Amino acid sequence: MTATTHTPGSRPRTAEPDRRTPVLSARGLVKTFGKVVGLDGVDLDLYPGEVLAVIGDNGAGKSTLIKCLTGALTPDAGQLFLEGRPAHFKRPQDARDAGIETVYQSLAVAPALDIASNLFLGREKRRRGPLGTVFRMLDQKGMRREAAQALADLGIGTLQNVAQAVETLSGGQRQAVSVARAAAFGSKVIVLDEPTAALGVKESTQVLRMIEEVRSRGLPVILISHNMPHVFEVADRIHIQRLGRCAGVVTPQSHTMPETVAIMTGATTLEQTPGRTTT
Amino acid sequence: MTTTTPPTSAAQQFALRRHSPLQRVQHLLHAHPAISPFLVLVLAFVVFATLNPRFASPNSLSLVLQQVAVIGALAVGQTLIILTAGIDLSVGAIVILAMMLSAKLAEGQGLPGVLAICLAVAVGAAAGALNGALVTRLRLPPFIVTLGTLSVFTAIGLLYSGGQSVQATDLPPVLSWTGESFPLGPFRITIGVVAVVILYLAVGFALAKTAWGRHVYAVGDDKEAARLAGIRVDRVLVSAYLVAGAIYGITAWILIGRAGAASPNAITDANLESITAVVIGGTSLFGGRGALLGTLLGALIVGFFRSGLSLAGVDDQYRVLAVGLLVILAVAVDQWIRKVRA
Repeated sequence: MTATTHTPGSRPRTAEPDRRTPVLSARGLVKTFGKVVGLDGVDLDLYPGEVLAVIGDNGAGKSTLIKCLTGALTPDAGQLFLEGRPAHFKRPQDARDAGIETVYQSLAVAPALDIASNLFLGREKRRRGPLGTVFRMLDQKGMRREAAQALADLGIGTLQNVAQAVETLSGGQRQAVSVARAAAFGSKVIVLDEPTAALGVKESTQVLRMIEEVRSRGLPVILISHNMPHVFEVADRIHIQRLGRCAGVVTPQSHTMPETVAIMTGATTLEQTPGRTTT
Repeated sequence: MTTTTPPTSAAQQFALRRHSPLQRVQHLLHAHPAISPFLVLVLAFVVFATLNPRFASPNSLSLVLQQVAVIGALAVGQTLIILTAGIDLSVGAIVILAMMLSAKLAEGQGLPGVLAICLAVAVGAAAGALNGALVTRLRLPPFIVTLGTLSVFTAIGLLYSGGQSVQATDLPPVLSWTGESFPLGPFRITIGVVAVVILYLAVGFALAKTAWGRHVYAVGDDKEAARLAGIRVDRVLVSAYLVAGAIYGITAWILIGRAGAASPNAITDANLESITAVVIGGTSLFGGRGALLGTLLGALIVGFFRSGLSLAGVDDQYRVLAVGLLVILAVAVDQWIRKVRA
């Protein structure tokens, strides 16, 4: 487990500017693909211990934004700041090394490998002593123990056997393995791309509980989702992407679901619908 | 998800149903893919020993081990490549290249024996690395790359050696040392067989117990997932091809001892036979699943069929027929196991 220095305490529940230093922030991100404009100068702030939802219609630039934040794409212009310091991610591994863990929609698990191996994939632990240093032997027992602990920490006690192959799991259980991997290794930010898109009601609820569990540890979460009820259930703030720009940042308290969707689709704007002030 | 509370819904009851015996077999094979080749091996042993008791004699079994050594060694490298969801058709070509290069230099230029062996391993590793580089840099399918290098390496080996064999008597003794045998109880074991056993232990350990092995499996299982998990996929692929090439280089040494000469015609069927051993051993041609133990069993099965059917006085074509059927059966079983679900 990674220790976090953030205090979960006061989460921003308003659209008012926050005085604290954002864990991750983006300024003026631009990303074009030939003549297609993916991002047209986007600002984003993620504060300690909050769940920031990123919503938007297809083609609004959600994925592009997330890819720029996690190193899968390099923005054409604009800057990223991690805890106030400029950051440059050329590869996903750079972002991961900096403490930003991403759960991709495709889950990025190796189906034939067991749960513990998947949790530690790419960061395996070796045995102590010459067995580990000379023969590079894996600490299989230790990894299994820690994997079981990581799953239990997120309230997923039902996966008793961490030596089980991932392909024998249900969609929700696979999602749980991916989220557990991110939560176990992400030290600063966790990004979840459509974590409930392929899940049923019960499994979705479990994933939402996991997101809340991660937040309660003080780790901020960026949640990309199409599902408004899910977004309104767990998000502290909602970043609305529209046509490559940020159409506004609202909260579940300041705006209703229909108002938020209206801003997202361009039926109204944040100026026309300022929402309730919650001071 | 299943819960610990008593099942309430019909679906939960369905999820907790008892598996049928067939499903349990499927799950067992899924967890331990080497079981089916092991059963085939035991069955073959019993049947052939019944047909002709001489089959089970130490002499005959020692001979099987010596016959299996070369293909068994090549199959170690082939397993590595197939686990990454690739295939290596240049197996035999790399052996010929490594063997003829080092044998010619040892014979003509007086290259010391130990250095000649090191050269064979280095040539094999370099040839394997070239395969790996072509697969990762040019993004060509392994089948095409190794089909090409099969011809390239064979041609270079033949051109350099002028198509001539080099007799072991003209070579430093250490090059044919792998053909020397010693008694082990009632068996006669050659140094070559010992070398193969060491190969299996070393590579088996690397595959099962190190991060590199995990990564080989992960890359073969789902390349994109492996990349997103932070594994440097290209590096893993090149290393697998390189190690496989080095193993083919070691096999060249084993082959000189076994054949008593460095002959460019010594292993004509190496490609298909090594793939056969891997597939019968339960490793999936689609990558990511299988075990080196299975490959060893697969190589032994082919050896048992060769020896057993010939001792039973049956035409050798029945062996070819039987091995062909085994390959189809093994792949069918693999497809079935892959459908396993919770």
